[in-house]
Amino acid sequence: MYQWDFGILWSYRWLLLNGLGVTVGFTAAIVAFGLVAGLIAALGMLSRFAVLRLAALGFIEVFRCTPILVQLIWFYYAMPILTGLEMTAVSASIFALSLYGGSFYAEIIRGGIVSIDAGQGEAGAALGMTPGQSMRRIVLPQAVKRMLPALMNQSIIQFKNTSLVSVLAVPDLVYQSQVAAHDSFRPLETYTAVALAYFAILFPLTILVRLGERRLASAA
Amino acid sequence: MTGEPKIEIADLRKSFGRLDVLRGIGLSVETGGVVALIGPSGSGKSTLLRCLNLLVVPDGGRIRVGDERFSFGSGEKLPPAKRLAAFRAGTGMVFQHFNLFPHMSVLGNVMEGLVTVRRLPKAEAAERARAQLAKVGLADRAGQYPSTLSGGQKQRVAIARALAMEPGVMLFDEVTSALDPELVGEVLGVIRALAAEGMTMVIVTHEIAFARDVANRVVFMRGGIVVEEGPARQVIDAPREDATRTFLSHFHRGGAALAPAGS
Repeated sequence: MYQWDFGILWSYRWLLLNGLGVTVGFTAAIVAFGLVAGLIAALGMLSRFAVLRLAALGFIEVFRCTPILVQLIWFYYAMPILTGLEMTAVSASIFALSLYGGSFYAEIIRGGIVSIDAGQGEAGAALGMTPGQSMRRIVLPQAVKRMLPALMNQSIIQFKNTSLVSVLAVPDLVYQSQVAAHDSFRPLETYTAVALAYFAILFPLTILVRLGERRLASAA
Repeated sequence: MTGEPKIEIADLRKSFGRLDVLRGIGLSVETGGVVALIGPSGSGKSTLLRCLNLLVVPDGGRIRVGDERFSFGSGEKLPPAKRLAAFRAGTGMVFQHFNLFPHMSVLGNVMEGLVTVRRLPKAEAAERARAQLAKVGLADRAGQYPSTLSGGQKQRVAIARALAMEPGVMLFDEVTSALDPELVGEVLGVIRALAAEGMTMVIVTHEIAFARDVANRVVFMRGGIVVEEGPARQVIDAPREDATRTFLSHFHRGGAALAPAGS
């Protein structure tokens, strides 16, 4: 029978907390950049211009249909060789994760926008709004409410996806826990504690999403 | 009603795919005139109305509203979005399904065009919006949300929202078709009051009695062309064309539908 000893982790608390901070910071960055990329791609998909629609579709499908781990490695190792553009592990990670998340956000945002009755945009246009004004004032405020649960859900997945940046030696929670596990010879305690840390942060968020969905259903 | 017409349309054409919805429409509306567009479903009357504020862009022909002129067809470039928007700000439109903004209060709905399009300060926009709400009899509903209103109230808010922009013409697209019968009267009453004020209006409607009563002229459309046009009472009481007679006979059979209100 294995003798658990979580006390051993106490000496690694600063290392692990540091890793957790990097993970949270990473998530904040890739959610923010991802939402921007997703909004741009969604508006591109809805554009009158075929070129923009095609470009947005290309972006979405390339990033949606390849694994994020492959993208991370590709941006860090392959792109510098092909283009001469060197990126640090951190920027390559933020870049890949943001675009990957953006491709999923784009479909959520596009779906939310097209779910709003066409009459809303027409009413805005009839008042003399430009397409941009009607999107900003009329369509998006209503669409965002409907998108919110799905966007939150995708962001939760993004939070967990940050664990993959450890393969590029970015010192996130998983990377630091590897360090701690090798140093302490206590991988079971370390990875169990790490799993609990992810859970402790994400579980309340999922409850929030569920509450949001319920409120949305009762409002409709 | 002197001088040149407020609205002039010539040879207006529109197709959706292979379906020709408008096949060379000509129409003019005097300043202060009220024109009712009647006709069976699919006759193109709603499309014609939407062409008047360019929510639908025609394939061919010419439109003039006030001093704004547009030509359509091969070789003509589409007006840029900014000019389209500025033009629409001066033409009020009311829709069959109200299309109120559900995320804004009643007051917010009526203020929206003034704030976003006319760039008025909030306080001034609110003051003007309240005046319009009072005009349609809904001053006490300013703080409510559209979802709490009846259909008739929603449509009156939609009219107030359009009027707040102080448009030169008002366009009504079957504005009572989605209403319960007992709520139709309050909306028609508002339109009647506007007619009395001298607002230039084009009204697509199935309320034949109302058209006869309020419009100066009635235009009967079928299959994308104007079949008959003339003074309201003449077209409705004594139509010249068989097609008009056939269409109106559906309403005659309804009996009460044609009883002229208050005469």
